[in-house]
Amino acid sequence: MKSLGSFRRKFAPWNDPEAKPFIAIENVTKRFGDFTAVDDLSLNIYNREFFALLGASGCGKSTLLRMLAGFETPTSGRILIDGQDMSGIPPYKRPVNMMFQSYALFPHMTVEANIAFGLKQDGMPKNEIEARVAEMLKLVKLEQFAKRKPHQLSGGQRQRVALARCVAKRPKVLLLDEPLGALDKKLREETQFELMDLQMKLGLTFVVVTHDQEEAMTMSDRIAVMDKGKVKQVATPAEVYEAPNSKFVADFIGNVNMFEGTAAAVENGKIDIDVAADKMTIRTDATRNCSVGQTVGFAIRPEKIRLSRKEPANPAVNAAYGELYDIAYFGDMTVFHVRLENGRIIKAASLNAVRTVEDPLGYEDMVWVNFDTDAGILLTA
Amino acid sequence: MQKLIASVTSRLVISIPYLWLLVFFLIPFIIVFKISLSEVAMAIPPYTPVVDITAGIKSVFNSISQFSWDNYVWLVEDPLYYKAYISSLVIAIVSTFLTLIIGYPIAYGMARAPATIRPTLLMLVILPFWTSFLIRVYAWIGILKPEGLLNQFLMWANVIDTPLNILNTNTAIFIGIVYSYLPFLVLPIYSALEKMDYSLVEAAEDLGCTPLMAFWKITFPLSMPGVIAGCFLVFIPATGEFVIPDLLGGSSTLMIGKTLWSEFFSNRDWPVSSAVAVILLLLLVVPIVLFQRSEAKAQESEK
Ligand SMILES: Nc1ncnc2c1ncn2[C@@H]1O[C@H](COP(=O)(O)OP(=O)(O)OP(=O)(O)O)[C@@H](O)[C@H]1O
Ligand SMILES: [Mg+2]
Repeated sequence: MKSLGSFRRKFAPWNDPEAKPFIAIENVTKRFGDFTAVDDLSLNIYNREFFALLGASGCGKSTLLRMLAGFETPTSGRILIDGQDMSGIPPYKRPVNMMFQSYALFPHMTVEANIAFGLKQDGMPKNEIEARVAEMLKLVKLEQFAKRKPHQLSGGQRQRVALARCVAKRPKVLLLDEPLGALDKKLREETQFELMDLQMKLGLTFVVVTHDQEEAMTMSDRIAVMDKGKVKQVATPAEVYEAPNSKFVADFIGNVNMFEGTAAAVENGKIDIDVAADKMTIRTDATRNCSVGQTVGFAIRPEKIRLSRKEPANPAVNAAYGELYDIAYFGDMTVFHVRLENGRIIKAASLNAVRTVEDPLGYEDMVWVNFDTDAGILLTA
Repeated sequence: MQKLIASVTSRLVISIPYLWLLVFFLIPFIIVFKISLSEVAMAIPPYTPVVDITAGIKSVFNSISQFSWDNYVWLVEDPLYYKAYISSLVIAIVSTFLTLIIGYPIAYGMARAPATIRPTLLMLVILPFWTSFLIRVYAWIGILKPEGLLNQFLMWANVIDTPLNILNTNTAIFIGIVYSYLPFLVLPIYSALEKMDYSLVEAAEDLGCTPLMAFWKITFPLSMPGVIAGCFLVFIPATGEFVIPDLLGGSSTLMIGKTLWSEFFSNRDWPVSSAVAVILLLLLVVPIVLFQRSEAKAQESEK
């Protein structure tokens, strides 16, 4: 059997100029009174894509999802699903189903009846409904709970009923609002893979809202990072992490060390950044256009920074000297906080690949921080 | 020792409602029941035998031996009584139904109103309780009588040209009961609707329901505990209602509350009126037990 990943790697319709988006969100704005929840937002989502909306609380993720489902009407702009303009089409006529943040299971109905609800609404024959419900119960492994009411289920089981209920109708698009929000960490990780598996098996398009970046990174084909009603970046998880397009995205996703300075020299595809505050010169690949004298940012992930007691070969560039101020041990890796002379903290992470280290770094050791020219990202926005 | 005190106090606290029921319900009921087994007499109190506990055990047994079921036999034999019972039940059922039809949309509208104005709406529903029930029913006479406000208005609006005869009919009783008991029905339904998660309705619409169907399949069933509670709160007092039929109803209106009153005050027949009251209570115990069962069930499913 082929792994999920082998399908995933080849799946990139967003790079294909011929591909038609399945969901097209065109300049959509949503205002509540004079508060703008979604601000002139455009997005394309492709068929069979697992798409994540990621952002801090209150940035308009649910509002966008609710507009896709038809519970809110855009103040301006329009939404096309499968080429059809959704303006004025009520929720019950849209080819999408939504899984609610609160699950919204009908408390007066059994698990079975909850799953059958949408099918009955469509006027599906009784025997087909039964077959479909049985299939769904099997899919979410809840066969023996068919006759229970929602209040007799655990949080994880409820979540699976909610999922089965909206998948049962075989919608073209499934909208999931924080589907795993109520689950504990372990169950959440298991369920992430179940969701991905389900999406592959049924060939559905998923739009998942989450504010958990790890969750978004693990599950999705692409992530849209949102802030204050706007999309900051839409890219694959790896791109968002390794090549963020702005300080906001770099800062939002994962851990990062941020520097700010002026471009001192640009030559041979490299740029020298003079970080006056930390008395450092950073030399990095000039992945973006910029001119000498311009204020630029530089972001580098902790795991791309090396620590050593020895002075690096070229201490004038991409190096700093400081005191080991804090050590956070996570088992699989350790994060070191190095305090520079000016009080600035630089985070460096190293994988604990061996069980015991001779003469390990300890508190208050003086160490050199050092990194390569391709380790960080030049940021101009 | 402290443990003992704690256990005694906790028992005491638990026993308060039972004590209440004993003192204010069971003992009065036993007294009424005892009177219903007696006979009318020209005396004070106007029945015999009178059980005098101070006169010793023998005399108590002596009076108990004089008790008889005659009054109950009388109630069964005279069609006036069972007709009054049946007509009371019919009037109570019809007016409960009317109250529900009017009260449900009110409760629904309140629960769906913006959260900021809900307390005001709630206040408005409760406001009539600040004036006396009797005065409010009296006011309806002024509205419903042939030359009353309603007829004046309808004639002014050219809807009718001779005054409608509403006062002293069953219609007036229905109006009176619906008006008086509406808050008892609106409040439980409102509270059931208000605590309902609106995303359930959205979920139903998402799964293919039109708004109307979503109401029938989700909102209405979930408000059922409130509907049942409200209906009983209207039905039970309406069955024994006396003031409304007395003031608004006609002489032909038979309601058991009125019958009871005339037995007691006009005929001074305490034993028969006690028997009427006992039967009424037994009639109402059935819906009360049903009501409590449904309450218990509702609480069970909420857990
Ligand atoms: N019906 C409404 N009326 C007024 N303001 C609203 C309404 N719905 C949402 N908002 C506002 O719009 C903003 C975005 O809300 P939204 O629910 O989309 O956030 P979110 O990104 O889903 O956040 P969370 O992660 O907390 O769920 C919030 O500031 C919220 O207060
Ligand atoms: Mg949300």
